[in-house]
Amino acid sequence: MIDTVFTVLSNSPIAQNTFEMVLSGDTEGIRPGQFVNLKLPGYYLRRPISVCDHGPGSLTLVYKVVGHGTELMASLEKGAALDALTGLGNGYDTSLPGEKPLLIGGGAGVPPLYALAKKLLAEGKRPAAILGFNTKSEVFYEDKFRALGLETFVATADGSYGIRGFVTDAMDVEYTYFYTCGPEPMLKAVYEKSRTSGQFSFEERMGCGFGACMGCTCKTKTGYKRVCKDGPVLTKEEIVW
Amino acid sequence: MVNTSVTLSGLTLSNPVIPASGTFGYGYEFAEIYDINCLGSFSFKGTTREPRFGNEPPRIAEAPSGMLNAVGLQNPGIDKVISEELPKLRKVFHKPVVANISGFSIDEYVECCGRIDKEEGVGLVEVNISCPNVHNGGMSFGTSPESAAQVTRAVKAVTRKPVYMKLSPNVTDIAAIARACEDAGADGISLINTLMGMRIDLKRRAPVIRNVTGGLSGPAVFPVALRMVWQVYEAVNIPIIGMGGITTAEDVMEMMLAGAAAVEVGAANLVDPFASKKIVEALPAVMEKYHIENLTDIIGGAHHG
Ligand SMILES: Cc1cc2nc3c(=O)[nH]c(=O)nc-3n(C[C@H](O)[C@H](O)[C@H](O)COP(=O)(O)OP(=O)(O)OC[C@H]3O[C@@H](n4cnc5c(N)ncnc54)[C@H](O)[C@@H]3O)c2cc1C
Ligand SMILES: Cc1cc2nc3c(=O)[nH]c(=O)nc-3n(C[C@H](O)[C@H](O)[C@H](O)COP(=O)(O)O)c2cc1C
Ligand code: FES
Repeated sequence: MIDTVFTVLSNSPIAQNTFEMVLSGDTEGIRPGQFVNLKLPGYYLRRPISVCDHGPGSLTLVYKVVGHGTELMASLEKGAALDALTGLGNGYDTSLPGEKPLLIGGGAGVPPLYALAKKLLAEGKRPAAILGFNTKSEVFYEDKFRALGLETFVATADGSYGIRGFVTDAMDVEYTYFYTCGPEPMLKAVYEKSRTSGQFSFEERMGCGFGACMGCTCKTKTGYKRVCKDGPVLTKEEIVW
Repeated sequence: MVNTSVTLSGLTLSNPVIPASGTFGYGYEFAEIYDINCLGSFSFKGTTREPRFGNEPPRIAEAPSGMLNAVGLQNPGIDKVISEELPKLRKVFHKPVVANISGFSIDEYVECCGRIDKEEGVGLVEVNISCPNVHNGGMSFGTSPESAAQVTRAVKAVTRKPVYMKLSPNVTDIAAIARACEDAGADGISLINTLMGMRIDLKRRAPVIRNVTGGLSGPAVFPVALRMVWQVYEAVNIPIIGMGGITTAEDVMEMMLAGAAAVEVGAANLVDPFASKKIVEALPAVMEKYHIENLTDIIGGAHHG
């Protein structure tokens, strides 16, 4: 964990209620699947947001405006300072996935899969992606996944774009392993439909985000785990619904 | 050179800053980012006889200038705390710690305190009486002078370590409860625990916290905590550990002027993992600013006449 201050380089809408924020600052040790915890002026608790992309000195976050904190984030302009704890969470384990891992993201769960896709490619894997949204106006990052060279499927619940239905309706492809992040009902549906082992990224309301308060504990087959520290990524085999 | 040291029942602390139970785990997360030996002491997570999962999530909600929690005393149980956590903790923290003990029956308090009595690294025992008594319709031990005194007496009989009774603020007369603990033999009083509160999610039209209610803490409760420490100071002659919303060295001084001999810092550690360290480091300059040479000189200093 590092406590650091980022500077906003850009912050712009990329889909309905969805923003992409590029920050500059210390990104030492950040891994795909981890999150940062943002201190927003006027709010007591920090806001956990996944690492969407990162490079030396630069960090990209993609977030959906759902409440007061994310609304405030959307109003931040170039040059604004943002206090963050970084390097939080276990991140995705990329040592297991075989040749063709499938990345399955839903809505605000899509962002962490982007950094993961880059890492898997760098490690010589051939990932594919399924991105699920409610409706066409909410779709984002389809082009970016394609630009990486991933075969990319988009599903919308109302059928206004791509495949009509849920991410699970696009899962009849070949894959050796999977990684998924999204709302809990989606994760559960993926769990039931999936034919291989895989990793799930969970969300929980957090007090600290670094393992001190037991505010985010969940039950797993391998014991109680803190979503913020022992997660947010859990393996299919250890999940208890 | 100012002197920041304070004494609690014969135990000398290099400074009055003690991270509060439940907000510092067993210290490891913080020891990874700074040398926690700069702290006066720290109070580890509330420990019960049996291991506990605690409440179902969500357990956390935000509040203006604060937070609510309904962790529900998740802890590995006294056996594991003694056999695993304390030995590990001793590697990162070399001063006596505060053992925070919880219970749902008198027997449970007695058993846990009796076990902790034999632990060398424990400097004092802080007995959390905000828990519901399973033998009394779930009424919290801390809400009546009689049951608070009952726990105090029972615990005092099984340990030679100083016993500090940690009071719940969810009562009508905090002074009466503190007095009852003192009369029953308590060595000190610790207060305040969290204030019961709740939040409702407009989208779901349901409580944010699964447990419905949670404990409010953070800067929002500071004036309430200060008032209660003030009242307890007027009511008893034993040392007080004051807490509730402390975030700065100035808050520490206010709390001590109200009557606290030492302080605990809770929620502040969660939103800024360096909070306790920053307070310790800021203390000398703030003391100088207000012309204080010995921190102990200001305890209760705002009570005149
Ligand atoms: C590990 C992790 C990674 C996340 N990554 C992303 C991401 O990349 N992009 C994105 O858009 N969202 C992400 N989220 C969800 C994001 O944290 C919430 O949408 C955000 O905290 C809402 O804040 P708010 O002030 O706008 O909402 P409010 O409802 O006003 O917030 C009130 C409180 O509830 C908490 N809260 C509300 N919703 C959530 C939630 N879903 N999960 C956890 N806490 C919540 C807030 O942090 C705050 O403490 C992630 C959550 C977690 C736990
Ligand atoms: C997440 C959390 C967990 C807590 N767990 C305990 C506990 O196990 N035992 C206890 O006596 N107090 C517990 N408390 C109460 C604190 O020790 C402290 O009394 C209270 O939070 C007021 O201080 P603060 O405003 O500085 O947080 C907890 C508080 C928080 C925020
Ligand atoms: S949020 Fe505090 S332990 Fe996970």
